[in-house]
Parts: sequence; C-alpha cells; structure tokens
Amino acid sequence: MISQIIFTVIFTGSILWFFSSLKKIRDNIFLGKKVTVKGEVKERLKIMARVALGQGKMFTRPVAGLLHLIVYLGFLIVNIEMLEIVIDGVAGTHRVLSFMGGFYDFLIASFEFFAVAVIIACIVFLIRRNILKIKRFHNPEMTKWPKTDANLILIFEILLMTAFLTMNAADSLLQQLNADHYVKAGAFPFSSFLHPLFSGFDIQQLIIVERSAWWFHIIGVLLFLNYLPISKHFHIIMAFPNTYFSKLEPKTALDNLEAVTREVKLMLDPNANPYEAPASNEQPGRFGAKDVTDLNRIQLLNAYTCTECGRCTSVCPANITGKKLSPRKIMMDVRDRMEELGKHKRQHGNVDDGKALIRDYISEEEIFACTTCNACSEICPVNIDPVSIIIDLRRYLVMEESKLPQEWTTMLTNIENNGAPWQFSMNDRLNWVNE
Amino acid sequence: MSETLKVKTMAQFAAEGKQPEILFWVGCAGSFDDRSKKITRAFAKILNHLEIDFAVLGTEESCTGDPAKRSGNEFLFQMQAMVNIQTLNGYGIKKIVTTCPHCFNTLKNEYPSLGGNYEVLHHSQFLQQLIDEGKLKVQGGSFKGKKITFHDPCYLGRGNNIYEAPRELIKQLDADLVEMKRCRSESFCCGAGGAQVFKEAEPGNKEVNIERTEEALELKPDVIATGCPFCMIMLTDGVKLKNQNENVKVIDLAELIAAGL
Repeated sequence: MISQIIFTVIFTGSILWFFSSLKKIRDNIFLGKKVTVKGEVKERLKIMARVALGQGKMFTRPVAGLLHLIVYLGFLIVNIEMLEIVIDGVAGTHRVLSFMGGFYDFLIASFEFFAVAVIIACIVFLIRRNILKIKRFHNPEMTKWPKTDANLILIFEILLMTAFLTMNAADSLLQQLNADHYVKAGAFPFSSFLHPLFSGFDIQQLIIVERSAWWFHIIGVLLFLNYLPISKHFHIIMAFPNTYFSKLEPKTALDNLEAVTREVKLMLDPNANPYEAPASNEQPGRFGAKDVTDLNRIQLLNAYTCTECGRCTSVCPANITGKKLSPRKIMMDVRDRMEELGKHKRQHGNVDDGKALIRDYISEEEIFACTTCNACSEICPVNIDPVSIIIDLRRYLVMEESKLPQEWTTMLTNIENNGAPWQFSMNDRLNWVNE
Repeated sequence: MSETLKVKTMAQFAAEGKQPEILFWVGCAGSFDDRSKKITRAFAKILNHLEIDFAVLGTEESCTGDPAKRSGNEFLFQMQAMVNIQTLNGYGIKKIVTTCPHCFNTLKNEYPSLGGNYEVLHHSQFLQQLIDEGKLKVQGGSFKGKKITFHDPCYLGRGNNIYEAPRELIKQLDADLVEMKRCRSESFCCGAGGAQVFKEAEPGNKEVNIERTEEALELKPDVIATGCPFCMIMLTDGVKLKNQNENVKVIDLAELIAAGL
C-alpha cells in the first residue's frame, strides 16, 4: 500500500512538473509574433505523418537513419509497457495486462527485442559521436553542453533498457520458482540470457532485484520525461507540431512584409495623403528581426525542435568552405536567447535585459554569408527553416541599421537608379539584340 | 553570333493592337552581362526558329528585385515589384518565360501576393513542353556523345522542384549525361544566390564556386551545363581559375538546344 502511494505521488508529481516546463516553453514561443497559418489541415497532417511519424527524411543518411529508426520504434513500442507499469504501480497489481495470454507473450518478447536493439543502436551512436571523427559532431557550436546532452540521452536510454531487461530476467526466474504475486506470463527470449547473473539467488533476493529494476525503470522514465524540456531530445515531441507547421510555399519563396507593402503603396499612389492617420492604431513594428521577439512563433517553434544533428551545417555551402555561418548554430542561438529572455521576463517583468539575438548571439558576418540556397531546410529531418530567420535578421540590419556590406549598398543604389544591380543604363537593355 | 534576331517589344505589340503568346523576361544578367547575353540570344534564336510570337519589355523591364529582397532590403524589392507589376498588368501579360531562375522564382512566387499573377515558366520547362508537343526537334549536333554534367541551380531545383526538364533537354542531344555526387535536391550552390554574387564572400578557406567547379571537374566532363546566368558566371570563373577553360565549356541549356537548330 505504501509503495502504491509513493508511486502515485512520484508519478503525478513528475507529470505536473513536466507540464509546468511545457507551459514555460509555450510562453517562450509566445514571445514571438503571431503568425497566420495558411494551407489545408489535411495537407499539413500528411506532411506530419510522413516526416515526423514516418521518419520520411531520415534516410538520406542511411546508417544514421536506420539506427534512428530502431531507437524510435523501440521508444514507441517499449512505451506500451509503460501503460502496464503505471497501472501496476497505482493499483498494486503485477503484470495486469497478462490476461491477453499468447498475445501478451508476443508483446513482451517484442519489447525485449527492441530493448536489445535500442541498446546496440545507442552504443553505436556513442561510438559515432565520441570515437569516430564525424565532422558535424565537432563543429565549434558543439560546445560542452550540446555534447554532454547528446551523451546523456544515449546513456539514459541504455540504462532504461538495461533496467527493463533485468526486471524481466528476475521476474521470469520468480515465475519459475512459483513466487507469490508473480503471475506466470510473458515470453523472455532475451532477458533469459541474464539468468546466470542471478544463480543462487533466493526468492527474497530476486524480488529485491526485480523491484529495484522496476523502480529504477519507472523513475528513470519519469526523470527522462522531465529532462526532455531542457534537452535537444525535446524533438521527439516537437517534431510533430513543427512538421505540421512546415513551410508549404516553394522553398525559395520569401514572404512579402505587409507593413512594407502598405508603405510602398502609399509612396506609389499619387493620390495618397501621407498625413492621413493609419487605418489601425497598431504600433509601427520593426522591420526584420533584431531579437527573438521579432521572429514569429513558428520560427521559435523551429528552434525548440532542433535536435542539433548538424545535417544542415554539413550541407551548407558557406560552412563547407570555411565561413562562420552554421545553420545549426543559428537555431541553437535562437533557442538559447529565447530561454534567456523568457527567464528574464519571468523574473523582472517587461524590463529590457539589454541584449539581443543579433550581435550578442549571432554576428553580422554569419548573417551575410548565406547564399539562401536552402540546402539546410531541404535536408532538415524535421522541416526547420533556418533561411527565414537569416533573412529576417538581414532585413533588420539593412532596413533599420543600414549595416550592410559596402558592395551591397552600391548594388542597391544601382537597382534603385538604373533598375539593375549593375551600373548600366536602362536604355541599353535591348543591346543584346544587335550584338 | 552575327545572325539577325527578330525581337519585338511589348510597346510595339501594343502599338499594333496585338498581344504576343509569351513575354520573354530577359533579366538584368541576360541584358547586361556579356556572357549571359549569349544565353539570351540563343533563346531568342530558338523562339525565332519556331516562329513563336513573343515580346520583350526592353527598356521598360527593370530588376525583379530578387537581389534587393535577399540582401534584406524589402522596401526596394517591393518598389521594384510594384512598378514591374504595373507594367506587366498594363500590357495584360498572361504568360512569362525567363532564362533566369531568380527572376523565375520572384515572378512566380513573390509577385502574386503583390498583385502580379502570371503563368511563369523557366526556359527549360518551356523548351521541354515544345519538344513534348513535337514543335521543337532537337539534334545532338556537336554535343552528340559528349560528356555533359548538369549543375542544378538552387532556385530552380530545390527552390521550385524543377529537376527533370533540364535533364530531358540534355538527353535529347544524345549526350552522355553524368551526375555529380551532389545533384538534384542535394545540389551544391554555385555561391551566387542570396545576392552573394554582388559582394566579396565572407572570410573562409575556399570560394563556394571553386568547391563546386572541382566537383564538376572530377567527372572530366566536356560540358558543364547550367540553367542560370549566375551559375554560369560562377562556374565559368571556376573553370578559368582551374585552367580548364580549354577543355571544359560551361554552356546554358538554351545554347545547347540552339546549337543544334
């Protein structure tokens, strides 16, 4: 009875803790500007099903894709077991779902298969990250925490799966010994290999092993759940809303700023009265993005979804040729700044903290190096669009601060005066006909 | 290229009270850049050859605003867009063909929400349609059996999912189409997009166009085919810097087709 109460308290507590973290993240995302979502729900759901649920973009890198699929399936399938663990924990039952008979045996056996597969995949992942020198795991933005975070996730998963297998091994031995409370159910094709570890254990000792592993597993899972919001591993949740809000327009199509359209129409309209009050009394906004509050909520959602896999950076032409720009760093910076500003606002209210995304996190040099080729957004397994953020930061630098490379100033002047980025006369536009 | 081209402007059509089938949007590179002008002439030659009723805006054409937009000057972009849209709508233009993927992208994707709605085609799509309809017969000519690799422009491929039309055109030449390791949706940028062509690159250890040229040269091609005047500029420079301009030619799709007419 005591253990049921302890379990219920721990379980409810960690679920509440998780939701309070989610609330903070929601608040952080809502620092961004509201965005109107266009396109059909059906189309968006399709993209979500294909890209997030179906791992549609993971296999452009076959090895990582396969390993990821194993961990992903393992996660989904082993989590069915969580249902039973929770019911058992609250109700004080044991293997409450075992009434399913043969199907239950099959379920447990497949959980064991995936537990082993996940352990192997995670070990390979650890080797890839720490021993093989795969470049994208060693870029400058992969500082201490991103690296530790990645390793922690993998170790966490290995420990959880090991606990699960240990629990099963002890349980099946208890079943063989006809211990009270331990119903004869389940098939244990993999954990039975652990039996030699417990040779000579009596029922009491086996129960201690089984219960410890059970508690370790469930507490581990609950801790892991609460680790997600501070980790890049949060992508397992955010990938779904993020792919739902994917950009539906052609990749190279940029949005036309509406505030600018109003101004330009006014400038071009000979009948416009410039002193007329604006139609609405909204505050004139900023052109482009100086800080995360100038970005929209989908861009901020993108940042929380990024799992820092670095595929974007590994295909970025600027990064490959040694420039400072790294699309992954852009996403990491947006998330870090959002967290910082969110925390500041919760503590100090609406007081400016004197920092901004541009320059405090992202340099001008990075922003101006992008060729807008969209290789990053094409390869991103969860449909993140770093280019839109880069362009918004450029817009701020160019339109609000007039901070831009000298050659661009010349180019823009040429467009303005001659209708071409080069200094040629418009009258020469047809010269090609007679050359 | 000394042959005479028959090119009429929209103003001339309007004066005659006629409407052409298509508007050929030449673009700034196509109008002013010496190398790109040859692409423009080649495409006009094809249109003349097929007696397609087309017009250009001539001196009334202005930059679409692509480099302004991508360098962050949304104001200038929209000024350009609105003025161009006024011109295009004034002439009642319905269908536009262009040899520049940047003009193509802007006209097709960014003008509609500003009031410019047209059917916009890249010249590779347009030529492909003509071949499909049996109007254009292509001969391999001097390119028959030659090793050609196609460099996918970002604004055509990844941007707008046009991968097949350029390849179909090359296949028409009975040429040996070879693919670079990074091709189609994984194509590597030439380094010009996002208004980069108009400034020095940020410090790094290599120029983007050199990286791409090296990749193309690994295949030992006779021709690097492009479908974008800016890719043309970048790759031509790259081939020159690698001292391969005697062995490898950088040629636009329109020129490949025009040569066989």
